[in-house]
Amino acid sequence: MKIVVLWSDALIFLLVAVIATFFWNMRKDKILTERWRQVFSSRLGMVAFVVIASYILIALLDSLHFRKALEPVEGQPADQVFYENRATSVLDVLMGDMADENERTYSAPFSLKSFEKVNMKADDGSSIRDFPPLVHAGKHLDDPADKPADIVKQTFIALIIAIVVCAFWIGPQWYFLRNSELPWKSAWIAQAVIILVFVWLIYVGNLYHVLGTDKAGNDVLYKSIKGIRTGVLLGTLATLVMLPIAVTLGVCAGYFKGWVDDIVQYLYTTLSSIPGILLIAASVLLFQVYIDLNPDFFTIGLQKADARFVGLCFILGVTSWATLCRLVRAETLKISQLEYVQAAHAFGVSNYRIIKRHILPNLTHIILITFVLDFSALVLAEAVLSYIGVGVDPAMTSWGNMINEAREELSQEPAIWWTLAGAFFFMFTLVLAANLFSDLVRDAFDPKTVDGGAKA
Amino acid sequence: MFAYIVRRLIYAIPILIGVNLLTFVLFFVVNSPEDMARSQLGEKYVTAEAIENWKKENGYDKPLFFNESNKGLSSVTETIFYTKSVRLFMLDFGQSESGRDITADVAQRMWPSLALALPTFAIGIWTNICVALLVVMFRGTALDRGAVVLFVGLMSISYLFYIIGGQYLIAKMWRLVPISGFDASIHAWKFLILPIVIGVISGIGAGARWYRTLFLEVSHQDYIRTARSKGLSEITILFKHVLPNALIPILTGVVVVIPLLFMGSLVMESFFGIPGLGSYMLDSIERQDFAVVRSMVFIGSILYIIGLILTDISYTWADPRVRLN
Amino acid sequence: MSESVLIIRDLCISVGSKQLINSVSLDVHSGEIYALVGESGSGKSLTAMAAIRLLPDALKVTSGRVSVKGQELFGLKEKQMQEVRGRRIAMIFQDALTSLNPVQTVGDQLSETLRRHLNLNSEEIRQRTINLFKEVGLPDPERRLSFYPHQMSGGQQQRVMIAMALACQPEVLIADEPTTALDVTIQKQILELVVKLARERKLAVLLITHDMGVVKNTADRVGVMYQGEIIEENPINDFFENPREQYSKHLINSLPDMRHYRKSDESQTPLLQVSDIKIHFAIRKGILQRVKGYTKAVDGISLNIAPGETVALVGESGSGKSTCGRGILNLDKLASGEIRFDGQRIDDLSRSKMMPYRKQIQVIFQNPYSSMNPRMTVGEIIEEGMISLGLKLNAEQRSAKVDELLQRVRLDLDSKRRYPHEFSGGQRQRIAIARALAVNPKLIICDEPTSALDVSIRAEVLNLLLELQRDFGVSYLFITHDLSIVPHLAHRIGVMQNGKIVEQGDTEQVLTAPQHPYTQSLLASVPRID
Repeated sequence: MKIVVLWSDALIFLLVAVIATFFWNMRKDKILTERWRQVFSSRLGMVAFVVIASYILIALLDSLHFRKALEPVEGQPADQVFYENRATSVLDVLMGDMADENERTYSAPFSLKSFEKVNMKADDGSSIRDFPPLVHAGKHLDDPADKPADIVKQTFIALIIAIVVCAFWIGPQWYFLRNSELPWKSAWIAQAVIILVFVWLIYVGNLYHVLGTDKAGNDVLYKSIKGIRTGVLLGTLATLVMLPIAVTLGVCAGYFKGWVDDIVQYLYTTLSSIPGILLIAASVLLFQVYIDLNPDFFTIGLQKADARFVGLCFILGVTSWATLCRLVRAETLKISQLEYVQAAHAFGVSNYRIIKRHILPNLTHIILITFVLDFSALVLAEAVLSYIGVGVDPAMTSWGNMINEAREELSQEPAIWWTLAGAFFFMFTLVLAANLFSDLVRDAFDPKTVDGGAKA
Repeated sequence: MFAYIVRRLIYAIPILIGVNLLTFVLFFVVNSPEDMARSQLGEKYVTAEAIENWKKENGYDKPLFFNESNKGLSSVTETIFYTKSVRLFMLDFGQSESGRDITADVAQRMWPSLALALPTFAIGIWTNICVALLVVMFRGTALDRGAVVLFVGLMSISYLFYIIGGQYLIAKMWRLVPISGFDASIHAWKFLILPIVIGVISGIGAGARWYRTLFLEVSHQDYIRTARSKGLSEITILFKHVLPNALIPILTGVVVVIPLLFMGSLVMESFFGIPGLGSYMLDSIERQDFAVVRSMVFIGSILYIIGLILTDISYTWADPRVRLN
Repeated sequence: MSESVLIIRDLCISVGSKQLINSVSLDVHSGEIYALVGESGSGKSLTAMAAIRLLPDALKVTSGRVSVKGQELFGLKEKQMQEVRGRRIAMIFQDALTSLNPVQTVGDQLSETLRRHLNLNSEEIRQRTINLFKEVGLPDPERRLSFYPHQMSGGQQQRVMIAMALACQPEVLIADEPTTALDVTIQKQILELVVKLARERKLAVLLITHDMGVVKNTADRVGVMYQGEIIEENPINDFFENPREQYSKHLINSLPDMRHYRKSDESQTPLLQVSDIKIHFAIRKGILQRVKGYTKAVDGISLNIAPGETVALVGESGSGKSTCGRGILNLDKLASGEIRFDGQRIDDLSRSKMMPYRKQIQVIFQNPYSSMNPRMTVGEIIEEGMISLGLKLNAEQRSAKVDELLQRVRLDLDSKRRYPHEFSGGQRQRIAIARALAVNPKLIICDEPTSALDVSIRAEVLNLLLELQRDFGVSYLFITHDLSIVPHLAHRIGVMQNGKIVEQGDTEQVLTAPQHPYTQSLLASVPRID
C-alpha cells in the first residue's frame, strides 16, 4: 500500500484545519457562541447540520487515497512491489466491492438482467437473442424468483447491523449530552436515519445494483456516492480561495480609502463586468490546454483529473471574489466610521491593530453568511459547468457529469431514469440542507437579514 | 443627469481597457499561440510547419506587442495585441477561427436570444412579485411558512433538472410542444413557450423568496406603522406603501441584467436548439474558438456597463431621494 | 369637568410569560392633554400602541379594555378597527422622517387618509389638504403638496405628521414623543402647535414623553409610568409642587436648575488654545468630479481651556460642534488655524509625534452602544489605550489599574470580564469614562455623552464627571445641544451656529444676559423651573 496525497486532498484537510482553528478562536467570543446557539436551538438547524456533516464526513473519507499493492507476479523480485494504476480511498474500502462490480452496460435498479439484448449461445448450442444475466447482481440467489423475498431478508439484516452501529454511535452522545438544552434528540434521529440509509445502501448495494448501472456498466449508486466528494470539495475549496482575496482587498479599500479604494473598486468592477460563465469557461479551457501539453506531471489518471479540479476551484475562487469584496468594503466603511474605531484612533492604536481587533472580528458574520450561501450555489454551479464542458474532468465522478450523461438516456425508449434519479437525490439533499442551514445562519448572524447574494 | 451619464461613460473606458487587457493576457500570454495551435490541431505530433500554417491562417503569426520588422505606425498595428484586442474597441470583431464573420453572426443570433430571454425575464419577475405579494399577505400563517419551505426546496433543485424534467414531461410524455428547434417567423412561439415556462418556474424559488424578504423588511418600517395608524387596509398598505418602497432594491438587482438579455442563456438555448448567442457561445467553447469567446467577453462587458448606468437612472425614477450628480 | 373620551382600564400586556404592562388605567377628557411620563422601557409607548391596536405580533393584550366615547375597541373586528384608526384615534410618532413614506409626496400621503375615511371628491380633498397644511403652519401649502418628505426640514415633517393625524377630525390624538428628535427651537414651536390644536379642536391628547420640560409646558395632567405601572397621577400643578412618589421627585429634580452657576477662574494659563480653526469638506461636482466648493463645517473657531476648567460648546445639530471636537483630536484635518496644547502646536504633528499628546487628550462619545467594540471585554476595552500609548505597565499593573478605574466609576470588578452588551446605557458611559481616564489625560472631549441617556441616569453621569474633575483636575470640552445641563457643569460657554461661535463667555453671563439673538432664542425654548 502506498499513500497518495492529491492536491485536493491536501487542500481539503487544510481547510478543515483552518475552520477548526476559526471555531476554536471563536469559542471565546460570547456573541458569536450565542448566535450559534440560536442556529442550533432550532430542530431544523440540527437536522440540516447533521446532513451536511455526514456529507462532509463522506467527502473526507473519500479524500484519503492510497494505491493498493498488486499481487506479485511470477519472476518478480521479492523486494520489489508494484502498485495499482488507480487510487483507492478509505471510502471505497468501506463500500466493499461496489467499485469493482462492473456490468457490460445499462441495467435497471435491482434488475438481474442487462438492459439490452445480446446474442447468446443457449445451452443446446443454438444462438438466441435475449437479456443476459448480470455478473454481480444477485449472484448469491439460487433461483431468480427468490429476489423479492431475498431483498426483504437482506433489508432485515441491514437493519440489524444499522441498529448496532447506531447504538455504538449515538449511545455515547446521549450519555454526554442528555442534559443539554439544545434539541439533540432531532440530531440523533437524523443521524439514525442517515446511518440506516447508508448501511442499507451499502449492504444491499453489494448484492444488487440498487440504482442500476450506467452505459459503461458502472454501479450508479457507487457513482452517486463518489459524487459527494466532488460536490463538497468544490463548494468549500472555491470559497477558501476566494475569501482571503475578497477580505484583504475589501478591508483595505474600506479602511484606507483614497487611491487604495479606487484601485480595488476598479478591479472588482472590471472583473464583474466580464460575464462570469465566459470568464470561467475561458480560464478552464486555457488551463486544460496547459494540462494537455504537460502530461508528464501526472503519474496516474486521477492526478490529471485532480489537477483540473483544483484548477477549477482556483478559477471559481479568483473570478468570484467581487461580490464579497463589495460587501466587505461597504461594511468596513461603516465600521470605520463607528465611534469605537474613532476612539481607537484617539488612543493612537496602529492601523494594523485596529483592523485586527476592531474591523475583522466585526466582519465575521458577513464571511460566515457568504461561506454557507456560496456552498450550495457552487454545488449547483458545478452541474451547469460540467454540462457546458468546462466543469470537472469528464473522468472524475460528479453529479454534473452524471446529469450530462442522463440527458440522452431520458429520451431513450424505455427511458433510463436511474442515473438522473441518483444524481438528483444526493445533490438535492445536500443543497436543500445547505440552503436551510444558511437561512438559519443568516437569520442568526445578519443584523438586517438582507439577501446580499442576490444583488448583481 | 446628462453630465452624470457622460461621466459614467468616461469611467467605462478604463474598465473596458481592463477587460481587454485581462482577456489578452488570458488568451495570448498564459498560453502562447503555439500552444493554441497545438491543441486546435489536436494531434500530439504536429509538425512545426502545420503550426505555422495555422497561425498564419488565423492571423496569429505576428509579434504580441511590437513588430520590429515594420516601421512607423504599423509597428504597433501589425501585432496580435492590436489586431485582436484593440480593434474590439471599434466593434470590429474580425473572423472566428472557423472563418465566419463574428459581427454578422452576433447581429443575426441576437434576436432569437432576445425572443427567449426577454419574455422569460419579464414574466419571471412579474410571477415572482405576485407570488411574493401573495405570501406576504398571509404572513405569519402556516401558508407563509409552508411557502418558504417550498421556495427553499425549489431553489435547491438544479436548473438542469427543471429543463430535463420539463422537456421530458411536457414535450415527450404529453407531447404538447416540440422538444426543441426554432423558427425564424412568428411560429417561433411553439418552440419558445416551453423554455419560457421552464425558465420562469425554475426562478420562482430564489426570486419569490428574495422578494418576500424585501417586502417583509419594508413592512417593518416606521412609515408602514404610520399607514396602519391612518386606518388604511392591509391591501392598500401592501400595494401603495410596501410595493413602491420594495421596488427600489428590486430595481438594483434587476435592471443591471436587462442589457445582458441580449447574450441569451447558454444552457437553455443549447437544450432547446435555439440559434441564439447562448448556443453560439457554447459551440465556440466546445470548439475552443477563442476568437468568438473573446468577442463575447467584450460585448458582455459593454452590456454590463450599460446595465450599471441604467440601474442608476432607474434609481432616480423609483426613489425621489436619489439625484444623480 | 368634561366627559372622558379615551378610557383605558386595567390594561395588561405580556410577551410570552413576561408581564410588560400591569393593569394600567387612565382617562383622557376632551380638550385635555394628558402626559404619560416615564423613561425608556417603562411601557408608555406600549400602552399607546395597545390603545390603537397596533402592538407588534409577539406582544399580547392579556386583559383590560380601551374605549373611545363609549365604543369598545378590543371587541371590534380588524376591519372595523381600521375605520376607527385615523378617523377617531390618530397618532403621531417620534421620528417624522422615518414615519413618512419616502417615495410618496406628502400631499398624497395626507389625501390618502381623507379618501379613506371621508366621502369627498378630488377637488374637495385637495382643498382640505391645503387648508390642513395651512392650519399646521406650513409655508406656501400649495407648493408643499408635491414635496417628498426628504425635501422638508424636520420641523416641517412633523407638521405634516400632525396635519395627517388631524385630517379626519379625530376625537383622540396620541402623540408618541413628538418632539424628541427635533432641535430645541423647533421643539418649542411644535409643542405650541399641538397645544393650540388641542384647545381649538377639543381634542383628547395622550402625550407620551420622557422629557419633564415638555410635560411642564404642555400637559394638564400627568401620569408617571414606572416598570409597566402608573405609579402616580395628578393635575400638573399638584404634581410639580407636591409629588407623592420618590421616583416622581427624582424626575422633577432632573429638570435644569438655571439659578446656580459655576464660577470661572481666569488667572490660569490656558491648557488648550484653539485659534481660528477651519475644517472644510470638499463638494465634488460635474463630469470630472472636480472640487467645486466646500462645506464649511467649522469656520473659524477660537477658544481656550484652562487646566481643571469645563468649557461647554453648545449648538443645534449640524452646527459643527462635533467636527470641532474631532479637529482638536487630530481626527479631521484642519484647513487653517492652529491648535496649541501646553503651548506646543499639535495640529500639524505626524502620527508618531502626536502619540505623546494622545495620552493628554481623550474623548467620550455620544452613543454608548457604538462607542465600544462589541467583541471585546470591558477589561480589554479599558486596557487598549494603555497598551497602544506605551504606558510601560506590565499585565499585572494594567489589571490593577483597570480595577482601580472600575471602582472609580462605581462598577463591579468582575465587569472587566464581561462584554459591553451586558451593560445598560449609563453603565456603558461609565466604562467609556474609565477608558478615557486610563491614560491619565489632562483634557477630555465629551461629545454629547449624556444625550442618549434617560434623565435620571444623565444626572449620575454628569455628577461623576464633576467628581473626577475635582479629584484629577482634568479639563473638559463639553459638546452638547442641551443648554439645560450647562449651568451645573461648565465654567464657560461657547454658542455655535453654522460653524461659528456666535457668543462666548462665562456661563452665568451668557445665560442670564445673552447678547446674540440666536442665544436668546435657544434660551427661550429651554423648559425650566422658575
